[in-house]
Amino acid sequence: MQATSSPAGVTKTRVVTAVVIVSNVLGDSILRAGLQQVGSLVAKPPVAYILALFNPLVALGVTMLVLWMLSHMALVSWADLSYVLPVTSIGYALVALAGRVFLHEQVSLARWAGIFLIVAGVILVGQTDFNTRCKVPPE
Amino acid sequence: MKWLLVAIIVVCTTVGEVLQAKGMRAHGEIHDFRPGALGRVLNSIARNRMVVGSVVAMAVSFFAFMTLLSIEDVSFAVPATAASYVLETVLAKLILKEHVSGRRWAGASLVACGVALLNRS
Repeated sequence: MQATSSPAGVTKTRVVTAVVIVSNVLGDSILRAGLQQVGSLVAKPPVAYILALFNPLVALGVTMLVLWMLSHMALVSWADLSYVLPVTSIGYALVALAGRVFLHEQVSLARWAGIFLIVAGVILVGQTDFNTRCKVPPE
Repeated sequence: MKWLLVAIIVVCTTVGEVLQAKGMRAHGEIHDFRPGALGRVLNSIARNRMVVGSVVAMAVSFFAFMTLLSIEDVSFAVPATAASYVLETVLAKLILKEHVSGRRWAGASLVACGVALLNRS
């Protein structure tokens, strides 16, 4: 576990965390853009989902979300889930921004206030150590 | 319909995340990011029952999410699914036995309040 406490370990954690956040935001936004073109999938047979995957934007969004899942799996192999979840939740704010800017969605004042609270929470959690299991001495 | 989809996504994501963290922890930390080494990692975790279970849960969650995104704004869909967030932090404490400090609880609570506000619109 020494590796995760060294400067290289901290850099690795930050880089992989950034990949997790960026791939999630791009994946969700691009997937939404593609599914807007495809139309409602509610109560559609499985074949409709397979056909939807051939939409270029849906395919690109899914590819980004595969990258998100793999980088997320790698990250939780060494970092606490209770560190990973709050820090990557900055993605909620970035997704709302992407929805507003690129997809022209209506984002209310209440939503922007929510984004502010999320960012404040993320900064607070980011100041704590990312792996507590090797710091707490065994009972 | 959209809240049924949100419920499916929240439950499956929570189950998937906790199984994934438990399974990956059983596997151990990933140090080597070269393609060959990553291939061996994939081969070994594919035989880990908890990781396989997490992949199934996340696949169900993903297709429900795809359905939700086909009918709703991304700025509704993504915050709505964040309802799983608080449940997961509690499970990290209870099942994964992580030490969750006061500062982390404070930060997590702020995030949860923000998510609740995001859903009001």
